[in-house]
Amino acid sequence: MSQWPFVIAAYAVAIAGTLALAIGSFVSMRRAERAAEALKRR
Amino acid sequence: MHVFANPARFLSIARPLTGWFGWCGAVLIAVGLGAGLFLTPVDYLQGQTVRIMYVHVPAAWLGMAGWSGIAVASLAELVWRHPLAGVAGRAVALPGAVFTAICLASGSIWGRPTWGTWWEWDGRLTSMLVLLFLYIAYIALADAVAERGGQARVAAIFGLVGAVNLPIIHFSVLWWRTLHQGQSIGFTGSTIDPAILWPLPIALAGFTLLFGAIVLMRMRAALARGKVEARLRRLGSAA
Repeated sequence: MSQWPFVIAAYAVAIAGTLALAIGSFVSMRRAERAAEALKRR
Repeated sequence: MHVFANPARFLSIARPLTGWFGWCGAVLIAVGLGAGLFLTPVDYLQGQTVRIMYVHVPAAWLGMAGWSGIAVASLAELVWRHPLAGVAGRAVALPGAVFTAICLASGSIWGRPTWGTWWEWDGRLTSMLVLLFLYIAYIALADAVAERGGQARVAAIFGLVGAVNLPIIHFSVLWWRTLHQGQSIGFTGSTIDPAILWPLPIALAGFTLLFGAIVLMRMRAALARGKVEARLRRLGSAA
C-alpha cells in the first residue's frame, strides 16, 4: 500500500482548513473595519 | 495587562502585528512543511507517513493552546473584568476548533496506514474529540449570549470549566496506554531522531504565528462590529 496518498490527504486537510480560516478572518475583518470607517465619515 | 484594556491602544498594537504574524507565519509554515515533505528521511518503522507529524503536531498544539487562551481570557473577564478579555476568548474559539478538527482528521488519516484503523476510542483521541465538542458548545453559548443579551459570564465560566479537559488530554497517553503513542517530545529532549525532528519546530512556530494573526484579525473584526453597532444605536436615538 502506497503511503503518499495518506500524506497528501493529511496535508490537504491541514492547508485547506488553515487557508479557509485565514482568508475568512481577513475578509471578515476588512468588511467590518470598512463598515466602521464608512459610518465614521457619515 | 490593563494597558491593553483601551481598544484604541490595543488596535494601535494589533494592526502592525497582524501583518507581521501572518506573513512570518506563512513563510515558516512553507519552509517547515516543504522541509518535512522533501528533505527529511523516511522513518524506518512508519515509512512516509511520519511526514504527517509536521501538520498533526502543530494542529494538536494549537487546539490545546487555543483552549488555554480561552481559559486565561475567561479568568481575566471574571476576575478583572478586562473589557477585551471576552472579545479575545470568542476570537480564539473558532480557530481553536478548526485546528482541533484538523488534528483529529490528520490523526485519523495517519492512523489508517499505521494502526490499520481510522478511529479508536483511545484516551488521547477521545479527549481530543471532547475538546472539539467543548469548542462547538463554547461558540454556540457565546453566540447565544451575544444575540440575546445574556450574561457574558456564563461563557467565561464554561471556558474555565472546560480547561479541566486539557490535563486529561496531556496525561491520557500515560493514564491509558492504548493505541496512541506516548509522549515523544518533552522539556528535556525528544525520542525522535534529529534528522526527522528539525522541521517540526519551524512548522510549529509558523502555525503559532499564523494562529496569532488570525486571532488578532477576529478581534479587530469584533471591535469594528461593536463600533458600528454603537454608532447605529447613537444615530437611532438621535433621530
